Amino acid sequence: MAATLFYILATVMVIATILAITGRHPVHAIVYLVTSFFALAGIFYLLLAPLVAMFEVIIYAGAVMVLFMFVIMMLDLGHPERGGRPALGQWLPALLLGATVLATISYAAAGFAGDKLPAMLPGVKEFAVTLFSRYGVAIEVISLQLLFAVVGALYLGRRR
Amino acid sequence: MRVIDDMTAILTGLWTTWKHILRRPVTIQYPEEKRIPSPRYRARIILTRDPDGGERCVACYLCSAACPVDCISMQAEEGEGGRRRAAWFRINFSRCIFCGFCAEACPTMAIQMTPDYEICRRDVMDLVFEKEDLLVEHCGKDPEYNFYRHAGIGVTQPRGEGEGEKPTVDVRGLMP
Amino acid sequence: MAGADVIPDPMEITLVIAKIGLVLLVILTLAAYLVFAERRILAWIQDRKGPNRVGPFGLLQPLADLIKLLTKEDFCPPAGDRWLFFLAPAMAAIPAIMTFAIVPFGAPVRIFGRDLPMQVADLHVGLLLFMALSSIAVYGVALGGWASNSKYALLGSLRGLAQLISYELSMGLSLVPTVMLARSFRLSDIVAAQEGGWFILYQPMAFAIFLVSILAECKRIPFDLPEAEGELVAGFHTEYSGMRFGLFFVGEYINILVLGGLAATFFLGGWQGPLLPGLLWFWGKVLAFAFLFIWIRGTLPRLRYDQLMHLGWKVLTPMALVNILATAWWLYLAGSSPL
Repeated sequence: MAATLFYILATVMVIATILAITGRHPVHAIVYLVTSFFALAGIFYLLLAPLVAMFEVIIYAGAVMVLFMFVIMMLDLGHPERGGRPALGQWLPALLLGATVLATISYAAAGFAGDKLPAMLPGVKEFAVTLFSRYGVAIEVISLQLLFAVVGALYLGRRR
Repeated sequence: MRVIDDMTAILTGLWTTWKHILRRPVTIQYPEEKRIPSPRYRARIILTRDPDGGERCVACYLCSAACPVDCISMQAEEGEGGRRRAAWFRINFSRCIFCGFCAEACPTMAIQMTPDYEICRRDVMDLVFEKEDLLVEHCGKDPEYNFYRHAGIGVTQPRGEGEGEKPTVDVRGLMP
Repeated sequence: MAGADVIPDPMEITLVIAKIGLVLLVILTLAAYLVFAERRILAWIQDRKGPNRVGPFGLLQPLADLIKLLTKEDFCPPAGDRWLFFLAPAMAAIPAIMTFAIVPFGAPVRIFGRDLPMQVADLHVGLLLFMALSSIAVYGVALGGWASNSKYALLGSLRGLAQLISYELSMGLSLVPTVMLARSFRLSDIVAAQEGGWFILYQPMAFAIFLVSILAECKRIPFDLPEAEGELVAGFHTEYSGMRFGLFFVGEYINILVLGGLAATFFLGGWQGPLLPGLLWFWGKVLAFAFLFIWIRGTLPRLRYDQLMHLGWKVLTPMALVNILATAWWLYLAGSSPL
């Protein structure tokens, strides 16, 4: 049953992502991308990573994409769906990068022996302890970066 | 502190609304319970009669002139003994704004406002009231007043014999 | 769940489906009657009587409203985005209903020789699922307003977006101390942790922040800027009619019930309480929250946009952060921290 669910979710995700890339209207593209994130969260859940699944939805679907949408609504884009398709020259770099990523994943997957999934569900506690002790420095660096963003926003938004 | 002041303000507001939840509603369930308006309430217009049973209206057109929305129209005619009356009298209640200017303008107290506020009709043409719809069989708010006792000289009684009217002066006499 | 190639026995499935059906029925009925209750209570606050014509005491009013909404024209503005316009109301209402899956609404019951938890799904990331679903609910507001192709609707949905993002932050942060005290994201654990004392006693500040944030999340007065009828006609659902408007409308009331239930679960001990059975305690708390929301609606005026942002970002969020730090220190000093 888990395998069936995985294939359904994977199909939904791939189709939604392709539609998000080829869609001409940014708002429609966002809706497709959110669908894809949902499917991805489902896959994470199947892979015994419910925490990652929830963060996927909260952060990407619930915060990042919403902010994208906010910006698109604020800007008057006119009629983006009437614009032309990108020329071949514009497709080329994207195709090149995509091919690189695909090749890397294929290489890694070929070497993957198909380990058994961990028998026990990694709990929230183990997750948190690992995150804040083993990767503590990384967390601090990221939080500093966020602090810069906050200070920058306050500087730009201050009353003169 | 500001926070405490703000909290007090919000709680005071909540307390006020709480008291109103427990208070008796002022609503009147209209079709079952009806409010009795004051006698001076300005609603459906009537044409009254004088104590003798005659029509008070003398078709002077003052009400029609006073009406700000021009909803009153009539045609004057002269009856027996030179007494004036309206041949037809029409009020279009779909235009009437119940301002009461017509009743104020009327010199004979014929046109009066009543507290009957339930004038609704399915068809708008039914709101055009003719003289027979307007004319009532009583004197309205002023049961004593009879215009032709005070004026209407030479029509209903000889000159100088009305109520509060001085006898006519004999212009040919020498007495002061 | 992965590796779940074991087929659960049919009795289990039947019970789960029965639970889902029951919860849906109760939630939708309660939401419909909450609309009625709100109209009556607001009327009492304003010294009126409220709807009392349909049925005894007006109790059939929700049915009349439903018939009215169903028989109205389902209209889409010609210049609007048809597909998203029709999708948006569902996107607003469904996350609200789904959130109730994780709320424990009663003490576990022994039925047919097995323990039946009064909860549809006891996820061990339950609290995070709530956050995820509440962040998804934003899309209904945003897409509904955008797809209408109307100035009022777009302004309403822009405000809605900004407001929901801002208050989700303080809502999430105010729940962190709860998780620290209960040491679990699982809602049944959070309820069980409050057996000795409700979390509102330990975390009054977090409760206050959470209450204000959920008021903003439901887009209720004093935070009803997205639909501010005085300025924006009806805000993001200006162009909606018929049952699509009804979905937005009922979604708001389902949201009140769900957030009330969650507030009860996180801070008021969930279904726990002396003497009375758990079901009664839980629904009593939910209805008390619903009444509080209606009462507040009858009392307070609407905030200005800058006041809204000020309250969210400069008051509630820093307060929640300080509260988290204080709770962490307290737990550390009490010697009950895992570190």
